[in-house]
Amino acid sequence: MHVYANPTRFLKLARPLTAWLGWSGAVLILVALAFGLFYAPPERLQGESVRILYVHVPAAWLGMGGWTGIAFASLMQLIWRHPLAAVAARAVAVPGAAFTFVCLATGSLWGRPTWGTYWEWDGRMTSMLVLLFLYLGYVALAAAEKDKGGEGRVSAIFGLVGAVNIPIIHYSVVWWNTLHQGQSISFVRGTSTIAGPMLWPLLGAALGFGLLFGAIVLMRMRAELARNKIEARMKRMAAK
Amino acid sequence: MKPKNQRLVLLVVALVAVVGAVLLAMSAMRDQAAFFYAPADVERRGLPLDRAVRIGGMVRGGSIRRHPDGVTIDFVVGDETESTIPVRFTGITPDLFQENSGVVAEGRFQPDGSFVATEILAKHDENYMPPQLGPQGQHKTESLE
Repeated sequence: MHVYANPTRFLKLARPLTAWLGWSGAVLILVALAFGLFYAPPERLQGESVRILYVHVPAAWLGMGGWTGIAFASLMQLIWRHPLAAVAARAVAVPGAAFTFVCLATGSLWGRPTWGTYWEWDGRMTSMLVLLFLYLGYVALAAAEKDKGGEGRVSAIFGLVGAVNIPIIHYSVVWWNTLHQGQSISFVRGTSTIAGPMLWPLLGAALGFGLLFGAIVLMRMRAELARNKIEARMKRMAAK
Repeated sequence: MKPKNQRLVLLVVALVAVVGAVLLAMSAMRDQAAFFYAPADVERRGLPLDRAVRIGGMVRGGSIRRHPDGVTIDFVVGDETESTIPVRFTGITPDLFQENSGVVAEGRFQPDGSFVATEILAKHDENYMPPQLGPQGQHKTESLE
């Protein structure tokens, strides 16, 4: 990781990688959603509303994955003082919050026809809403800390402590009786209770949204590095 | 000890403490954080008569009885144990409410051990199957046009 501590070296890699991730993600999302929305069968009980799955589940995974990334970057920053770690964590926070919001919104729309309610305070929904609030808090805290010229150490500690919520979201359906159904796909055991014609578009969409997420993060990191450069130059010019 | 390693040890200790504390808290509120009681929970703890609660489980096969008024139904909620709860509900049920399927009912227990529900939610399970593969072969997807 420290090879890319040098921003010039990082940018040399990030510039072409942004385009690659963005375009391959966009193509994959289009193909997977076309299959999911038009060719995949309706579900036995849910009917057509099962198609929300192809957006809801990738959004949930990316919302949780985003905070895992923030926690990892915070660790890199606090222990190894990696110069790009804080930039990366700040870059993840906004798309992470956006995907968490999409997950909650689509889940709510799915819940009305399926469960008969837009919202209930069960363990899964509540812990996911907490994740959204953690993201919003992180965005505000990190922006405030950067404005004051801090290194982002307080945000990093917040990022690490907030990661406690990730296993709570994951295990909420195991620990507590919830309205939300249990786990369908287990990557650890390599099992799934989703029929093949629905599973493959779902995994494709998840990978596509994941690639797009990566592209957004790289774009935001490059934008912040560029902004830092401009500010440094302005300061130098003002000092002259 | 290098400062880097010092930070590593300090952070790991702090993280273990925080995660341990939260997991302890979560396991302590296992009952309070439950969205509903299963019939076996009710049997173990006794009937809470004094307040509205939610119960949940599977609608027993063949247990749904419709009253002549058209909107009142009786059914039996069971779980993987032998415990069951008879439920009465007046109103419109969600589309997914059916026998051998998950349900969550909000309402009050009656002194005779039955449950009068004010709200019914259907619970979907973790299986996603196309209609032709469904074990009951039920088609809920055709439109009415």
